[in-house]
Amino acid sequence: MTVTTNVTRTVDARGLSCPLPIVKTALAIKEIGSGDVIEVLATDPGSTKDFIAWSKTTGHELVESTVDGKVFRYILRKK
Amino acid sequence: MTATLTRPEVPTPLVEELDEPEADGSVKVKELVIVAESGDLERTWATTILASTAAAGEMKVSIFFTFWGLFTLVRPEVRLTGTNWMQKMLAMMNRPGIDHAKLSKLNFAGMGPWMMKKLAKQYGVAEPRELLEMAQALGVRLIPCQMSMDMMGITADQLIDGVEPAVGAAAALELMTNADASLFI
Repeated sequence: MTVTTNVTRTVDARGLSCPLPIVKTALAIKEIGSGDVIEVLATDPGSTKDFIAWSKTTGHELVESTVDGKVFRYILRKK
Repeated sequence: MTATLTRPEVPTPLVEELDEPEADGSVKVKELVIVAESGDLERTWATTILASTAAAGEMKVSIFFTFWGLFTLVRPEVRLTGTNWMQKMLAMMNRPGIDHAKLSKLNFAGMGPWMMKKLAKQYGVAEPRELLEMAQALGVRLIPCQMSMDMMGITADQLIDGVEPAVGAAAALELMTNADASLFI
């Protein structure tokens, strides 16, 4: 199952290295409302663990973490 | 026999359990303080990566810029700082501004940093200046050291926008003792 219907914003962090996927997501999540959903695309293999940790520390829910070829896709819901 | 390395389906986090929430369900905001003492490129990189990432993780972050680290905060258009000849000589030998940071080794008159930045671009790594700007946008406090400013002859108007008023060692220590983590970089 993929959540695509209510994505408020997409952060394209493909080709970007640590810590840009997280930092760019943090900047983007500031601009959306509570409960809104953000999609992040990344190619940094370290980002999977980073988003798990980031979701835990910030409380923004990591709804989905998938990989398609070399592209990681994360769906997060703002707390 | 060959060993096969398998990646777990669900990656395990590095830290299993975070601090328990308070009675009211809230989790204490963590604080990070970085003392940026070195103006070297690789250390400035470490400082800006950690600060921006911590702020992205909704930590309260302050960076205290002292000694050579202070030159990191000087505006890009300021070529020379200082009022007397010794302070000016210092700035001539150590060009201020985050874009002019040198490597502590393999600098080779700027060849090292040039290659590093070229590699960074190739691998999608942000430069310290971009990271510092993002850190500021995420609320990181940039605090210069008063003593370093006086000794190096650097004035508040020569520093980039958004820098807080300069403080002394006692104030920096107060920040550090209240923080959950403090780093000297």
